Amino acid sequence: MASLRNIIVTMKVTPKPEEIRFDPTTKTVDRSKATNEINPADKNALELALQLKEKYGGRVVILSMGPPFWDQFLKMGIAMGADDAVLISDRALGGSDAFVTSRVLAAAVKKIGDYSLVIAGEESEDGSTGQVPPGMAEWLGIPAVTYVSQVTDAMEDSIIVKRTIKGGYETVKVKLPAVISVELGINTPRFPDFERLQWAQNEFKTTIWGIKDLGIAENEVGFKGSLTAVTELRELRPRERLRQFIEGSPEEIARELIKRLGLK
Amino acid sequence: MSEWRGISVFIEQDNGELEGASLEVLTRAGELGRKFNEDVLGILLGHELKNIAKESSQYGADKLIVVNHPDLRHYNSDAYTEVMAYLINKYRPRYLLLPATRNSRDLAGRLAVRFRACLSAHVIMVDIDERDRKLVTAVPGFGGNIVATVVCTSGKPEMATVSPGTYEAKLSNKEATIIEETIPEGALRGRRIELMEKKTSPMPDLSRAEKVVVAGLGTGGDLELIKEFASLIGAAIGVTRPLADMGLMPRDYQIGTTGVSLRAKTVFVFGASGAPHFVYGIRDCGTIVAVNTDKEAPIFENCDYCVVADLFDLLKVLIKEMRGGK
Repeated sequence: MASLRNIIVTMKVTPKPEEIRFDPTTKTVDRSKATNEINPADKNALELALQLKEKYGGRVVILSMGPPFWDQFLKMGIAMGADDAVLISDRALGGSDAFVTSRVLAAAVKKIGDYSLVIAGEESEDGSTGQVPPGMAEWLGIPAVTYVSQVTDAMEDSIIVKRTIKGGYETVKVKLPAVISVELGINTPRFPDFERLQWAQNEFKTTIWGIKDLGIAENEVGFKGSLTAVTELRELRPRERLRQFIEGSPEEIARELIKRLGLK
Repeated sequence: MSEWRGISVFIEQDNGELEGASLEVLTRAGELGRKFNEDVLGILLGHELKNIAKESSQYGADKLIVVNHPDLRHYNSDAYTEVMAYLINKYRPRYLLLPATRNSRDLAGRLAVRFRACLSAHVIMVDIDERDRKLVTAVPGFGGNIVATVVCTSGKPEMATVSPGTYEAKLSNKEATIIEETIPEGALRGRRIELMEKKTSPMPDLSRAEKVVVAGLGTGGDLELIKEFASLIGAAIGVTRPLADMGLMPRDYQIGTTGVSLRAKTVFVFGASGAPHFVYGIRDCGTIVAVNTDKEAPIFENCDYCVVADLFDLLKVLIKEMRGGK
């Protein structure tokens, strides 16, 4: 039976997309009124990590990069069963793009060390680039398998995973350590354990690192370190539609639709 | 070293099957190449590529680099990254465009870090700035409600993955010169990902379907009548995210920001409330019919014909009418 070492799960907190408001005058995004949540796919990543730990051993460590208030969300992950949490929090990180994010997370993965697997959600609900998982793998010099739906087996030096491809799936064997990104909805994340939540909130201490702890300079992160820049934001309004209500008996509605759409 | 010039397009294939979205990106690259006087280079990796090389050469590229190797028959993150890195170092393209499919996004993420190059992900517009020649893209975020204009500030090649369906693939009147490349020994060694099994079934290209019937959560996952109606009117079937999350249909059939964007002439939407990330996926469609029991559902703000009814009742009657009242 294989025994896994650290299983590092990356986690992000995102505002619910439907609650984001756009201010057309200032051309800025207002996230202040949106509810924050753990990025949905990251919850699937954590659940997978916990299942792997139950089957193959190892320690589940949550890794996140964000403002200090994210700590309360990481503690939800601890209450779900993760062993440890690391939050990279530094003012200099504001405005970091996917390139910088993957670099910072990879540096933190190295510092945590002794890892078998890094598990990420396929993408985040806000930025949704999906670039961070393969980017981390490249920084770490290890393989990446993206869009994973299942880990079917784990050996000492490799795991077997099912990966979604167009019109189906492929099964691949990948050498450890590796980065995998998991698809949204691949499992049902467990609820936080109530007693463990009390403990997490009162006694557990998240490890907080700044960029200096990772040996990264200020000009390598944030807007300065990013290779892309946002020059303008605008709202994408759906096209104006007819919005005509068609009423009557189901037969009348059906006939009317068939006629208007020229279906016959 | 020579300077970074030209526009390269990664042409995705798997097991000899061409990814149609690559040709859309190639067509766009051809337009940009003509406008900015840049050579357009298609890059095709795979095995036994004669037919798709011929096809790919007809969409506006000046040259088509073909690497033919049995280890490249299927997408492999390690092998493709190494071979692409070799080709990028050799040809030094200023811009590199890829389709925003699963495999190409995987590849793009690795190459961007390898070259310390900028990358805009799943863009819905790609252009070159007239003044400074930087790559300019439009990137949707926050469920598709907000679009950011993104420019590359540093690094070469300037990269973007382009959402499938963003541009139309158009045959060009010129044919690309095919250049067969061999890759150095060792580029494919040290692979850490090994393919064990692969299962795919042919699926319709939803982004190109003329008619689509979409099932939302209101169907409760019961798609029988949806399928019957779709087949009667010759439509493809799509689902909203909750149904894909439930595993009822593969994500390839999911409509919206994290799935497919439709361009259909006619779309029926049964039992979807109309979340922004779904509406985003039907914004470019012709006529949209929505059926929902809730008169206040946001989907009615975003469709042409609104029907407040039980979707199963209406489907039964629609099926009957389409069959000539029987």
